[in-house]
Amino acid sequence: MDCYLGFDVGSVSTNLVVITEDGQVVERLYIRTKGQPIKTIKSGLEYMRENLDNSIDIKAAGTTGSARNLTGVIVGANVIKNEITAHAVAVSREIPNAQTILEIGGQDSKIIVLRSGIVTDFAMNTVCAAGTGSFLDQQASRLGIPIEEFGNLALQSENPVRIAGRCSVFAESDMIHKQQLGHNLEDIVAGLCEALVRNYLNNVGKGKDILEPIVFQGGVAANKGIHAAFEKALAKEVMIPTEFSVMGAIGAAYLAKNNYLQTGVSKFKGWDMADQNFAARSFECKGCPNLCEVINIFQDDNLIARWGGRCGKWEHAC
Amino acid sequence: MKVSFPHMGTSHIAFKHLIEHLGHEAVVPPNPSKRTLSLGVQHSPEFACIPFKILLGSYLEVLEQGTDMIISSGGVGPCRAGIYGLLHEKILKSLGYDFEMLIFEPPLRGVGDFISKIGRVIKPGGVGWIEFIRVFKITWKKLLALDETEILSHRIRPYEITKGETSRIFDQCLYLIDQAQTQGEIEEAKIESERKLNAIKQKEGYTPLKVGIIGEIYVVLEPFINLDIEKTFGEMGVETHRSIYLTDWTRDNTVFDGEKNIKKAAEPHLNQLIGGHGINSIGETILYAKNGFDGVVQLAPFTCIPEIVAKSILPEVSKKFNIPVMTIFLDEQTGKAGVQTRVEAFVDLLEHKRRGKGA
Repeated sequence: MDCYLGFDVGSVSTNLVVITEDGQVVERLYIRTKGQPIKTIKSGLEYMRENLDNSIDIKAAGTTGSARNLTGVIVGANVIKNEITAHAVAVSREIPNAQTILEIGGQDSKIIVLRSGIVTDFAMNTVCAAGTGSFLDQQASRLGIPIEEFGNLALQSENPVRIAGRCSVFAESDMIHKQQLGHNLEDIVAGLCEALVRNYLNNVGKGKDILEPIVFQGGVAANKGIHAAFEKALAKEVMIPTEFSVMGAIGAAYLAKNNYLQTGVSKFKGWDMADQNFAARSFECKGCPNLCEVINIFQDDNLIARWGGRCGKWEHAC
Repeated sequence: MKVSFPHMGTSHIAFKHLIEHLGHEAVVPPNPSKRTLSLGVQHSPEFACIPFKILLGSYLEVLEQGTDMIISSGGVGPCRAGIYGLLHEKILKSLGYDFEMLIFEPPLRGVGDFISKIGRVIKPGGVGWIEFIRVFKITWKKLLALDETEILSHRIRPYEITKGETSRIFDQCLYLIDQAQTQGEIEEAKIESERKLNAIKQKEGYTPLKVGIIGEIYVVLEPFINLDIEKTFGEMGVETHRSIYLTDWTRDNTVFDGEKNIKKAAEPHLNQLIGGHGINSIGETILYAKNGFDGVVQLAPFTCIPEIVAKSILPEVSKKFNIPVMTIFLDEQTGKAGVQTRVEAFVDLLEHKRRGKGA
């Protein structure tokens, strides 16, 4: 059976999906990146090699996420695409009439506005990471609650506490003050969800027409507290796609499929890349005071890619 | 006397010429780098915007080289930048540097002040007023040559076949213009630069997307801060047109045709001065839309009030004139990946939009 591989390697999670010709997800994997993308990519490949049926023939791979270039080099990608386009592509296939996508990942949050299946506007948090998955993760561990239970706890709250959501550092100190006053844990957790949503809508959502159907995805969509806070703040129904946590990877797989069908060329290097030795070694270029950290990617001793310089002289020499 | 000035895009080449021909030694500020940023951040108020910090870092770098006088500009209207020069001076003097800071305010705000300040620059070099005017005219020619060459480079880059070639040739052009001393030589250098850029091997039968770059002057002009956004677009095959060049008020600008037109275009949406380039950002977006541009990118320093106000008006402008606008706030980050992702996504959006039109 002809299938396509999608890879979304982000700051917090690495997601892989294998989809069929007609878009059915045959296998999915959601693992933590833990700051070691190369190792994670390899274990993802290994998982697929062990678990996929032998009849599945990967025709092409697509990558997205902040480590999309690195992943693309390692697995051999037909398409390397930014997260915004990848997410939009996945949604336009799964929920064709969607008009708004709310996406919250580990380090960034974005809003994508679609009209008739085409992206007409988007925004992504720029300078501030308040209101992203990492922040929730940190606060959950500070409160001693597993992140998986965070959302359920928030739903039990009857009187959410107001927490300043403008900046995650201030949010944290505000939250501590409220704790010291003796507020319930569930009220604080619910307050945190509302603060995060408020910050999201005021920051990335500012000035955007949030029309229904609204789709909420990304790792944070697993959090029922945030979902409820969105529906409360927008006073609209917010739907969560079944594959909410791997939508970026699905989009990348679709893009790989389109590219393969157009070009007939596959660049996929195969599952056995899981056994190869990849290493990233960097050096500081002393050509100017920028002192760029140039990164070399090696497969065994062969240089296969290079990036990180500002002026492009290293990239062009590779 | 060792004289220095802020670094803004390529203008240092012309300012160096001016200072040297007034009988001084020009201390050319180094291209802003991570070192400039670290120095600036270390000594700036935390809440100041990124132009303030980069400028302060630049001044520290030139003062290390023994600069006696720093020439900068002031400003009017409700934007903090108007007092930046004074604050820079206070900070630098409190750090123990002994130098003179000369802040030029717009001449119409006080002709006497303006003239006496020029006097303070030219007298120590023994240059008279007639000679000053002659040197100033040549400097202006140089600025024009620099801007016109840069504009051409942004037009050609999207068509280049060998990635990076335009930027490489452009650096050679800057060297040529830097070397030129007389009016005739500058003209020659400009013609040679045009020839070199036009000789770059280019794709044929290709219509690039066109993106207008608007926003606060310093982040628009200085590639170190905007993470080479024009080059990034260009190397993705997108043509950029920048709203601000230092020589704007004399060069023919086919898109805007003068500051008055920009303000007039903005008027239905914003009819009062909000400082910085706030009104311009609104007016320019409208004019870009009317001139068939595919999209607009607004560059703003984090916490910049004029651009924040403009940003909140832009959604209505964007809708009315059917032109996508993306805002990028810039601060201390030097990682390019974030901007790269947004630029790629924006280009995808514009491509889909164009295809949707059936163009």
